[in-house]
Amino acid sequence: MAALVVAEHDNAALKPATLNAVAAAKEIAGQDIDILVAGKDCHPVAEAAGKIAGARKVLLADDGAYDHALAENVAPLLVQLATNYSHLLAPATTSGKNLMPRVAALLDVMQISDISAVVSPDTFVRPIYAGNALQTVQSKDPIKVITVRGTAFPPVEATGGSAVIEPVAPTDATGLSEFLRAELSKSERPELTSARVIISGGRGMQSGDNFHLLEKVADKLGAAVGASRAAVDAGFVPNDYQVGQTGKIVAPELYIAVGISGAIQHLAGMKDSKVIVAINKDEEAPIFQIADYGLVGDLFKILPELAEELERRQ
Amino acid sequence: MKALVAVKRVIDYNVKIRVKADKTGVETGNVKMSMNPFDEIAVEEALRLREAGIVSEVIAVSLGGAPCQETIRTALAMGADRGVLVQTDAELQPLAVAKLLKAVIQQENPEIVIIGKQAIDDDCNQTGQMLSALLGWPQATFASKIKIGDGHAEVTREVDGGLETVSIKLPAVVTTDLRLNEPRYASLPNIMKAKKKPIVTTTPEALGVDATPRLVVLKVDEPPKRQGGHKVGSVAELVDKLKTEARVI
Repeated sequence: MAALVVAEHDNAALKPATLNAVAAAKEIAGQDIDILVAGKDCHPVAEAAGKIAGARKVLLADDGAYDHALAENVAPLLVQLATNYSHLLAPATTSGKNLMPRVAALLDVMQISDISAVVSPDTFVRPIYAGNALQTVQSKDPIKVITVRGTAFPPVEATGGSAVIEPVAPTDATGLSEFLRAELSKSERPELTSARVIISGGRGMQSGDNFHLLEKVADKLGAAVGASRAAVDAGFVPNDYQVGQTGKIVAPELYIAVGISGAIQHLAGMKDSKVIVAINKDEEAPIFQIADYGLVGDLFKILPELAEELERRQ
Repeated sequence: MKALVAVKRVIDYNVKIRVKADKTGVETGNVKMSMNPFDEIAVEEALRLREAGIVSEVIAVSLGGAPCQETIRTALAMGADRGVLVQTDAELQPLAVAKLLKAVIQQENPEIVIIGKQAIDDDCNQTGQMLSALLGWPQATFASKIKIGDGHAEVTREVDGGLETVSIKLPAVVTTDLRLNEPRYASLPNIMKAKKKPIVTTTPEALGVDATPRLVVLKVDEPPKRQGGHKVGSVAELVDKLKTEARVI
């Protein structure tokens, strides 16, 4: 039994979600974990992957075909490598979700999506219905293709390993698709999925401009800024802010929900946070039922006050 | 060109989910069922392409028990031209759905297939990617914008860090994200008209597809409950509790 973990990266740096996927792989395959780095001019990533605690070796597929991680090109590579592995894993990020079902279909196996626990090498727990139920499934397929819910597996150490880097022969580019451009949100703040503290705004924020009130508090806490689907649908902020069933799944140490009522689909994305604070003017809002600390009141008064109080007590 | 959309019948997103006492699944009896919201977005997008003169016909496919007829009727009432029901009472998992859709697609020859990025029941997020793999077609997942050109489509995708735009050769599979469009409501006259639109029924056997599930569901549990509900009276008290009690700041 051996597992291959697909590293998530941007050709320059390894993304932390990889470390959570390796943690899940460890529960399945113990010491026999290899990491695939597929990209273009991505040697620094392979070096970082080699340092991951518990990595046996790093497979480096460095080729123009793998630039921008187009699923049409990367999937055949994984299919070719799959013969040596019992498990293929990737983080359940947009790139993992894009790639792995394609791999599974080419191997004629089902994918096991977004696992939150490993019961045994063929049995896994995964949330369904926006986390309102947990399904335990057993795979009957010879190869298990898995995406990993990062918040459910504490990351392995990024250092301490000394895996060898082994180049692998690239597969041909399929020519089916072509990357044109990316418009990535630029932010000095931490990424939502790896932030220690998150402050999110909902429909109660009333406009995108008012998000600066959240940002002021975020600056004091070193927090990432998120949003509910309602705030995204209303056009206050871009979709990559979205926390929830159809957005990002987060589990920070502290989650502050501001002007968010607590729809099921939002709770699905944040209810595993260690400490939840809710600020809402409606004391009947469902968010208060799951919040460790609820504060009823006008967010337009509370947020500036909170920024001030944090400043004062720093 | 023809467009094919797949529409799944799921428990309505407003319904509170209850896990069955025997842990075999969730309660579906006497529960409101609706079209998967992401599939509604797929239907809407196909209709807009038809209204723009790019698509000539919109075919709505659903897979499952006889009540999936209703889901197809909803798509027809929104404006789709005709329906195909792959009828079976057996459990269908995404790989089987992809194989069945492939068989339908080989009969219908659409140039674009648009489906929801995930169903809100099993939250799998697989079918579109699997379908395009089986067809050997390109895929553009999590689409927030689709522009059809000559023999290709330019699709903007919602990715973790922002947006990414790819060009894919047609035929292709596109899966929808939230902001692609806002689906229309079916008007009463259109609901009446939809009753006369044709739905063809077929089966996995007739399509020659082995739809046996690969994953065995051992049990379904309720998630652990969170103990919340404590209120604080002021900002100062909140900061105090976070510092001294929760110790997170």
